[in-house]
Amino acid sequence: MSDDPIKVSDETCVGCQLCVKACPFNAISMDDKLAVIDLTQCTLCGACVPACKFDAITMRESTKAAADFSAYKDVWVFAEQDDGVIQSVTYELLGEGRQLADDLGMQLCAILLGSGMEAQAQDLIARGAEKVYLVDQPELTYFQDEPYAAVISELVLRHQPNVLLCGATTVGRSVVSRVAIATGAGLTADCTGLAIDPDTKDLLQTRPAFGGNIMATIQSPHTRPQMATVRHKVFKEAEPDSARTGEVLLQEIDKALLASRTKRLSFVPEEDNIVNIAEADYVIGGGRGMGSPEHFDILHELAEVLGGGVSASRAAVDANWIAYSHQVGQTGKTVCPKIYIACGISGQIQHLAGMSSSDVIIAINKDPDAPIFSVATVGIVGDVFEIVPRLTAELRKVLGK
Amino acid sequence: MHFVVCIKQVPEKTDVKINPETNTLIREGVESIVNPFDTYAIEEALRLKERVGGTVTAISMGPPQAEAVLREAISMGVDTGILISDRAFAGSDTWATSYTLSQAIKKLDDVDVILCGKQASDGDTAQVGPGIATHLDLPQITYVRKIEEIEAGRIVGERLLETGYEVIESSLPCLLTVVKEINEPRLPSLKGKMAARKAEIATWTAAQLDCDPAKLGLDGSPTKVVKIFTPPPRGGGEMLTGDADEVVPQLIEKLKAIVVGGAA
Ligand SMILES: Cc1cc2nc3c(=O)[nH]c(=O)nc-3n(C[C@H](O)[C@H](O)[C@H](O)COP(=O)(O)OP(=O)(O)OC[C@H]3O[C@@H](n4cnc5c(N)ncnc54)[C@H](O)[C@@H]3O)c2cc1C
Ligand SMILES: Nc1ncnc2c1ncn2[C@@H]1O[C@H](COP(=O)(O)O)[C@@H](O)[C@H]1O
Repeated sequence: MSDDPIKVSDETCVGCQLCVKACPFNAISMDDKLAVIDLTQCTLCGACVPACKFDAITMRESTKAAADFSAYKDVWVFAEQDDGVIQSVTYELLGEGRQLADDLGMQLCAILLGSGMEAQAQDLIARGAEKVYLVDQPELTYFQDEPYAAVISELVLRHQPNVLLCGATTVGRSVVSRVAIATGAGLTADCTGLAIDPDTKDLLQTRPAFGGNIMATIQSPHTRPQMATVRHKVFKEAEPDSARTGEVLLQEIDKALLASRTKRLSFVPEEDNIVNIAEADYVIGGGRGMGSPEHFDILHELAEVLGGGVSASRAAVDANWIAYSHQVGQTGKTVCPKIYIACGISGQIQHLAGMSSSDVIIAINKDPDAPIFSVATVGIVGDVFEIVPRLTAELRKVLGK
Repeated sequence: MHFVVCIKQVPEKTDVKINPETNTLIREGVESIVNPFDTYAIEEALRLKERVGGTVTAISMGPPQAEAVLREAISMGVDTGILISDRAFAGSDTWATSYTLSQAIKKLDDVDVILCGKQASDGDTAQVGPGIATHLDLPQITYVRKIEEIEAGRIVGERLLETGYEVIESSLPCLLTVVKEINEPRLPSLKGKMAARKAEIATWTAAQLDCDPAKLGLDGSPTKVVKIFTPPPRGGGEMLTGDADEVVPQLIEKLKAIVVGGAA
């Protein structure tokens, strides 16, 4: 059995408690002037190591040997398509992927699974992909966990990308988790920041933890590809340019990889959910302050004028005023629109966890002390029933609708 | 049928405070609870057992005190709890965690359905469920909001998608991750609480799991946390007061500036 990954030397530790203060996870305590690290709480974040003025804390590196990664080339983006429509998060990944590929001096490639996808492949090239690895098979028409994971894993092993990015969507999270296990790669979920370390050329993956109260930067130094799922709306879409050229590389694959033990029997679209709030630029959130399901109508009207969607707090969802798929927060969806307008939402931490990274937050609440105002870009103390209809009417005028 | 539920102990609130002087988290007095999503997984396992008969086993990988979440599961009606605990697991990321849990599940007899929460509230990765399925080479249905049918060798569930839901059939054994919409978890009964107090909770260590040590803990974890920091505070925070006739035009001006000037 390997020894503990982090250790305090009882010879050099003087019991000064600097490490106790430095530990973000409260994993260090003092036992008779000796720092003791609770390994079950420790996340090996390393904050205590430089904090110790006496070099008493040492962290063991993973015993994985430094491998030669020179064969691993290119930045790959998994192109998510739904019914033949490339999802906007894919374009956002191509936008950010371009930057990463340039920083690495590598190519930007897309990987596309589906059937009859030639036009979509060209679209990905117009958005900046230099190569599109296309697997065109009837079995891949729509997303299925097993064949999608098997095919992507096979392509990863065949072509050895350096980086693989995927949207943090239902599909993305379901499939790439399997790919990471199958290919022995590190995977960071729900990233909001990506960068290349100028020295090591490793991908630095930043993501919120504890509902956004802290941020963690994560790296996968000993494995390739470096995999990450990325939140919607964090990065700018790559704009299409039909002058761009690239190659579509049609991939042959073993039919056995297309087998699936699950089968989709039907798909039922949700009627009142025409707008996917995770992708919307404008999201209007309603809370308990809306008072009744009928009152959500004024939010739908405002959303319609802006071309956005309606979300809700858990209190509103629990009261059955709106379907759960609209819930934003710790136990609901995470949204990151350009503008989030919170109406009659108090702003409990669990709700903030799902929307606090929106570019602009506008809060309308009767209570001047509502916590939502602490994250609001613009806060309005007032009654939603007076403000929202007026806002909708004014916006209609301004936008000429 | 044999249902296995994977449950994780997490801090009760994600509302950890930050000490502005030291820039560290203050987590004193924060209670530990069953990951909220996992309570739906427990409830669903119990309902499936009520439908078709069988047993429910809950497993949790974590420190010795994680035993508490297993007792809570037993108080709700789970038959057996098993704690997977060893210092060798320290530093596990989702790769190593799903490997360790899958090695534990391999030791259990004739497992039909493995249930996980959608994600854990501390890490929010949603990777461990599909990870376990892959290690065990099982099919999966993620984000399940309803089980329509279950019978020997077959299950039909509804998977929640961003724009609706799909009805998916799977052979058994199979792994499910469940969302909140699936049910309303029951409260522990008095009988359940007594059973929980008396229950023997087995602890399985690395040695008992027939694990490859290179795949455990720090060594088995491809990802590494290199930095932890506080997000920059949100700027602005301008307040508009007055009646609707005053504030709405002001807000419109601000929105124009934001939209024209590009979002801040
Ligand atoms: C484990 C766990 C997970 C959770 N997950 C989530 C989650 O994912 N998402 C989520 O949202 N919550 C979640 N919650 C619940 C969360 O703690 C809060 O209870 C919830 O967000 C409150 O919703 P609210 O702001 O709509 O209601 P309230 O807190 O009741 O706030 C209503 C607000 O409306 C204002 N108001 C009333 N009338 C008007 C009016 N006419 N005009 C203007 N303002 C008015 C009031 O001043 C008040 O501030 C979770 C809780 C737990 C324990
Ligand atoms: N340490 C653990 N012990 C048992 N189950 C776990 C553990 N970690 C994660 N899980 C299960 O995996 C799900 C997803 O967790 P995560 O991938 O961490 O978001 C949880 O809801 C649990 O069902």
